[in-house]
Amino acid sequence: MTEPAFVPDAELDCRGLNCPLPILKAKKAITSLVAGNVLKVVATDPGSVADFAAFSRRTGHKIVDQSEGGGEFVFFVEKV
Amino acid sequence: MEPVEKLHPETERSEETARDEQRQPAPQPKKMALIASKGTLDWAYPPFILASTGAALDMEVAVFFTFYGLPLLMKDLKAKVAPASNPAMPMKMPFGPEGFQQFSWPIPNVVSGVVPGFETFATKMMKKTFANKGVATIEELREACVESGVRMIGCQMTMDVFGFSQEDFIEGTELGGAATFLEFAAESDITLFV
Repeated sequence: MTEPAFVPDAELDCRGLNCPLPILKAKKAITSLVAGNVLKVVATDPGSVADFAAFSRRTGHKIVDQSEGGGEFVFFVEKV
Repeated sequence: MEPVEKLHPETERSEETARDEQRQPAPQPKKMALIASKGTLDWAYPPFILASTGAALDMEVAVFFTFYGLPLLMKDLKAKVAPASNPAMPMKMPFGPEGFQQFSWPIPNVVSGVVPGFETFATKMMKKTFANKGVATIEELREACVESGVRMIGCQMTMDVFGFSQEDFIEGTELGGAATFLEFAAESDITLFV
């Protein structure tokens, strides 16, 4: 069994949600964290892959890990 | 002697300033100015999606609601879809077996434009489809805009023409005109007319 690379400080379930809700909810969740904290987001919207990359580039919050499997997309976003 | 003594500290200060500027470039948020001019349920989505997402991307956003877009700011949001004369709109049923849901019903204009209650029916179908697909409601997106500090500017002239009053609109609605919008748009990186 492999250890998860990052232990999230908060988790957000965006399964079943469509654009732009995963980004809006992630932004809201990140706002309540402190710098250096990691937010884990689970989404099923395939568009979220491109959108979270863009979100990261624009806001500076870093995607430290991401994976895909079983129709789910998982992002670990570190607050800048 | 005196001028030299004066010059020296000034030079040091400007070097320090330059270093500070290199380390921390002044954070200048991007700005986006939108015009929302359409009042149907489907066309209500683009401005609210872009405005809420822009705010989530740390942009300063202002939306100018004018003409048929102004009712989108009303407390009691009644936006409907208008299927008549819209050949690009798939008429699909959001329930039943998958094959049935995939079928696009050929509704002639004479039905969609004349049959009483057809808009209400089509609106219900679209809202159900959006909910099935995990799309936010207009109310949710509008709330996200308000929460994230998007400036919502209602067109004063439209309000007068349509006979609305400020109490009809959600809290936080600013009133203004073309100049109010253009002042913000002139400083914006993105301006879109929807």
